[in-house]
Amino acid sequence: MSSAIEVSDLWKIYQNGKQQLPLDDVEKLEQLKESGEIVIAVREVSFNVEPGEVFVVMGLSGSGKSTLIRCLLRLVEPTRGSIIINENDVTSMNQKDLTFFRRQEASMIFQHYGLLPHRTVIDNVAFGLKLKGISKEERYSKAREMLDTVGLQGWEEYYPGSLSGGMRQRVGIARALVADPPVLLMDEPFSGLDPLIRREMQDELVKLQQSMNKTIFFVTHDLDEGMTLGDRMAVMKDGKFVQVGKPEEVLADPADDYVARFVQDKKKQIEMADKERSKKDEELSRNVS
Amino acid sequence: MFPETWQFNIANHINNFVNWLLDTFAVFFDGLSSVVLNLLMNIHSALDAIPWWIIILTIALFAWFVSRSIVTVTILAILPVFIGLFGLWPLAMETLAIILTAVVIALIIGIPIGVLMAEFKPIEAIIRPILDAMQTMPSFVYLIPALMFFGLGKVPGVLATVIYSTPPVMRLTCLGLNQVPSEVEEAALAYGATRWQLLKEARLPLAMPSILAGVNQTTMMALAMVVIASMIGAGGLGYEVLISINRVNVGRGFEAGISVVILAIVIDRLTQGFAKRFEPPTT
Repeated sequence: MSSAIEVSDLWKIYQNGKQQLPLDDVEKLEQLKESGEIVIAVREVSFNVEPGEVFVVMGLSGSGKSTLIRCLLRLVEPTRGSIIINENDVTSMNQKDLTFFRRQEASMIFQHYGLLPHRTVIDNVAFGLKLKGISKEERYSKAREMLDTVGLQGWEEYYPGSLSGGMRQRVGIARALVADPPVLLMDEPFSGLDPLIRREMQDELVKLQQSMNKTIFFVTHDLDEGMTLGDRMAVMKDGKFVQVGKPEEVLADPADDYVARFVQDKKKQIEMADKERSKKDEELSRNVS
Repeated sequence: MFPETWQFNIANHINNFVNWLLDTFAVFFDGLSSVVLNLLMNIHSALDAIPWWIIILTIALFAWFVSRSIVTVTILAILPVFIGLFGLWPLAMETLAIILTAVVIALIIGIPIGVLMAEFKPIEAIIRPILDAMQTMPSFVYLIPALMFFGLGKVPGVLATVIYSTPPVMRLTCLGLNQVPSEVEEAALAYGATRWQLLKEARLPLAMPSILAGVNQTTMMALAMVVIASMIGAGGLGYEVLISINRVNVGRGFEAGISVVILAIVIDRLTQGFAKRFEPPTT
């Protein structure tokens, strides 16, 4: 079976003017970048995500991860490269096919929720179905089902403005799941939530994922989150993937200084926890003997 | 002294040009004139036919709908009674009819153009400087083109009012659409909204408070212009003011002036309240 998401040699370059970019000449690009004429948000990114896999992209703000996830739906037009999602060649689609693709194949969940403030919770969840032209009855029954799944039954008629951040993101998740797309794109969905709620939402996502088995492309700046959720993770810096691998691999064997610094605290935590445990084990064995 | 031989008048040429236009496009001007006149007459005779107390009751009901406050309702219902007490009720209805006609036409023209301005940047680039220029012109000037093509009377009065009062609703429609948060637009696009769906489902509803603020502004501008348009024969309360000025009758002018103010307050409160109803709910 082929990969769910295949991205190869993806670039996104922002420029002031409209001049032709010397895409093949890295040195020239570097010069333009130095002179401030262009900004390279994503450079030379290639990766595959297998069906049912959770792929985490981690990086600090400004590393290009948000641009990357937007390129996948062409909310941001990539400068170069190819994106294939479920055998659909996203980069070569015309506007009509693209609209159809967005309704059917991949849903996105946003850091700032992106809910419609003038619509009720249930209308927000049913939004994608409405765009598809599905009848009111059918979309409401599906939306209601999905609200049950995310634990928001009884909140149908409220407006997003009266919901807490965590609940708003549940609405966002319900909206993404209601069309049952094979691919979910999540752009720092839990970053705006307070730590306890964040934890809870992460656990619920894991639980949901066990039953849904979606392909998830997850962007975060939080290492813990990435380690908890990711089957594989990529560390991004200045628009480039500096390392791709299983979370344990990244932790154990950082590719460069940047990644090493990124995972340093986490390593310390683990070492501390290990020490604690071995201490306890020793005490335990002493007590037993 | 400026040399007399240098004098060069274009007044005659302009008059000739306008006459030529009127002859050539007679069908268009007559048609437009009769459409506007018909609309105005219908609105006016409707307002005249409705008993005064029903109009006040309607104002009270509307005020209750937008404010839910007894005080507001009472004030807005009592104020128009004074117009009647001054004996100016029929004139006020005439003015109101002209305002309503002008506002209806202004909205039919203004809102779609505002939407086009927000959707297509080149259109905005063309229209915005025109609106800026229009804003700097004294309101008197708007009487000239109306006079030019339609002579004296109610129709030019309505059209001058339309020209003067359309810019705010255009601007505020465009502004409201441009201020829609990009997160909401992005989400709508990500879920597969077409351009039209994006406009209909997300942008227009979110711009509604701003558009309605534009409706409010347009109505207030129309009211201001209607008084001035009495100079070319629009009639109504403005004409009463004009007569009072000509006869130096301060008292009579005061009565008419107060009536205009009352009309303004009532219309402003009602349309503003209506605009508030459309803000996205937070509870």
